[in-house]
Amino acid sequence: MRMKSLERYTDNPEFEFATSGHRACQGCAEILALRLALKVFGKDTVIAMATGCMEIISTPLPTTSWRLPWIHVAFENTAAVASGVESGLKILMEKGKIPKKDINVIAIAGDGGTSDIGLQALSGAMERGHNFTYLCVDNEAYMNTGIQRSSSTPYGAMTTTSPPGKKSIGQSTQKKNMPKIAAAHNIPYVATACPSYPFDFLAKIKKAQAVKGPAYIHILSVCPTGWRIPTDQAINYGRLAVRTGVFPLYEVENGKYKITYSPEPLRPVSEYIKGQGRFRHLTDDLIAEIQQKVNQDWQELKLLSSLK
Amino acid sequence: MTTKKGIEVSIAASEAAKLARVEVVSAYPITPQTHIVEHLSEIVANGELDAAYINVESEHSAMSACVGASATGARTFTSTSAQGMELMHEILFIASGMRLPIVMAAVNRALSSPLSIWGDHSDVMAARDTGWIMLFCENGQEVVDTTIMAFKIAEDRRVLLPVMVNLDGFSLSHVIEPIEFPAQEEVDSFLPPYNPLYTLHPDKPVTMGAYAMPDLYTEAKYGQEIAIRNSKVVVKEVMDEFGKKFGRAYKPVETYNTEKADTVFIALGANNENIKTAIDELKEQGKELGLISLRLFRPFPREELIEVLKGKKAAVVIERAMPGGAMNGPLFNEIASLAVTNGLNIRLENYICGLGGRDVQPHEFIETLNEVLSSEKIAFPDNKNYGVIGVRS
Repeated sequence: MRMKSLERYTDNPEFEFATSGHRACQGCAEILALRLALKVFGKDTVIAMATGCMEIISTPLPTTSWRLPWIHVAFENTAAVASGVESGLKILMEKGKIPKKDINVIAIAGDGGTSDIGLQALSGAMERGHNFTYLCVDNEAYMNTGIQRSSSTPYGAMTTTSPPGKKSIGQSTQKKNMPKIAAAHNIPYVATACPSYPFDFLAKIKKAQAVKGPAYIHILSVCPTGWRIPTDQAINYGRLAVRTGVFPLYEVENGKYKITYSPEPLRPVSEYIKGQGRFRHLTDDLIAEIQQKVNQDWQELKLLSSLK
Repeated sequence: MTTKKGIEVSIAASEAAKLARVEVVSAYPITPQTHIVEHLSEIVANGELDAAYINVESEHSAMSACVGASATGARTFTSTSAQGMELMHEILFIASGMRLPIVMAAVNRALSSPLSIWGDHSDVMAARDTGWIMLFCENGQEVVDTTIMAFKIAEDRRVLLPVMVNLDGFSLSHVIEPIEFPAQEEVDSFLPPYNPLYTLHPDKPVTMGAYAMPDLYTEAKYGQEIAIRNSKVVVKEVMDEFGKKFGRAYKPVETYNTEKADTVFIALGANNENIKTAIDELKEQGKELGLISLRLFRPFPREELIEVLKGKKAAVVIERAMPGGAMNGPLFNEIASLAVTNGLNIRLENYICGLGGRDVQPHEFIETLNEVLSSEKIAFPDNKNYGVIGVRS
């Protein structure tokens, strides 16, 4: 992607707010997503980040990868920290104690920090209506601690705590639908995105930034380390997740669902599953089961999008 | 203008936060703290206090939002009790480690199980090593004064640590007392606006809450430890300044009738009022007993305690928390450590009382004292090293 083409979305196409020198794994799509997102949010941004991959790769004392104000407090409370940051900045600006500015407050957490341990804090912050954007960077397991399953791990996937065996198919539960949970809070903007579709991604970040009130973006962040794929395949697998309907790109703006990129006709899920080490134990029957669920979810999403 | 009125201590605590001009309040209701947050909500709602009130969904989020708000440079206040303090326990360590001057009114209450909404010190004692400066109050006036002082201590550039203002649930929080409120201008001149060293703001980006590898963690924690140890100097300065300005003198360690007494009680919080009554009654019988009250519990006021314990024959440590299998109650263990490491030749006895809101009357302290004085060595039942006042076994 040439920097020139970024100019539609950002005043800072060439400036890196997430600087090089961080310790992300080779082929990590998560840091790529954040790098892009921060270009859109720009310099008047404050980040609250959960414990997790992005935190641990970026801030070993006394170094930092962030050229933005950044705070990490704990794992499960990022949305609460962001609530405090937003409220603090707002009251200090109202009182004239700090210069008045349109500051973006963003909270960033992984799938564990969002759909498991951080769900309550996130629900509270969305319900209270803080003016902030929450980015869930979903790599579908607790990658930072060594690939343990989360509620966002897909059905059938092998993780270190959902190992396949004589009595196990791997992850035995369906992936929790976090965007739907966020949308159920009736916040102004919810979207799914994937850095494999950078312009769709950038447009959604820009919308979230402009929204007054809470915005939630669920970002599929391909993890070569945890998914057991070659490090040069992260972008490709992100595309396959979208094209097979496994991870549809859509947004929910003021309650209205809209598919932002239609991959129809959907490619078979086997194209996405094959080549991923975490799925290599899956039988044809299980793959057929997954296909059926993907079809069903896709139809439901189309139905939701058709509602006026 | 200074005003004096009869007021519930919880309401007075919120009024003190208002006098301190807090900018962000983030709290979750829990008995017996509720009247504090209700009144704060009310004065924010009616415009008496220009602050952001965040109605969080849990105490964990209450303290987390306090951390976020304080990191922006806002003067931040919260309040909790018991289970709430346990839920925010994780973040208590982080608030102090990040050197954020949050002030919390801790309305001390028993910890479940069994569930008890009533007062004791098991909540604060479970949080005693979280790196917070800890102050204890005996009455409503002290709650107001200590809350105002707490911000000045916390925000001092030599300190930058959170401060917990402890007041006993119900037995202090829910009583109506005559309290003197200093005038707003007087408080303003005593407590200037918070001038933070670092803040989260785009004009000067900083990274807060980075992690430490083994080669730095010890140094980071050591720096924090030195800061809390050194904060005692500031605590004393602030208490002295408060005394000069408002005419009510405070000290890290307070004494009552200790000059003539060979034997003293050592205790924390609202129990002390009943202990003082017991001491007065004993005085009428011609017996001289003293009370050493720790207003400052963290940092532990070592030198001040040595000074008042020097030459005493015996000290009876009274506390409102079960040892949980430890040798003794947490306060006793510190006093014993102090005595041993500083060569104090003193007999020490330990009594637990007032758990889960159990009332302890002055006569029970007198009976306790008589037990101590009746023998050189008490054989406590159940092969333990302490007594439990009034327990039915």
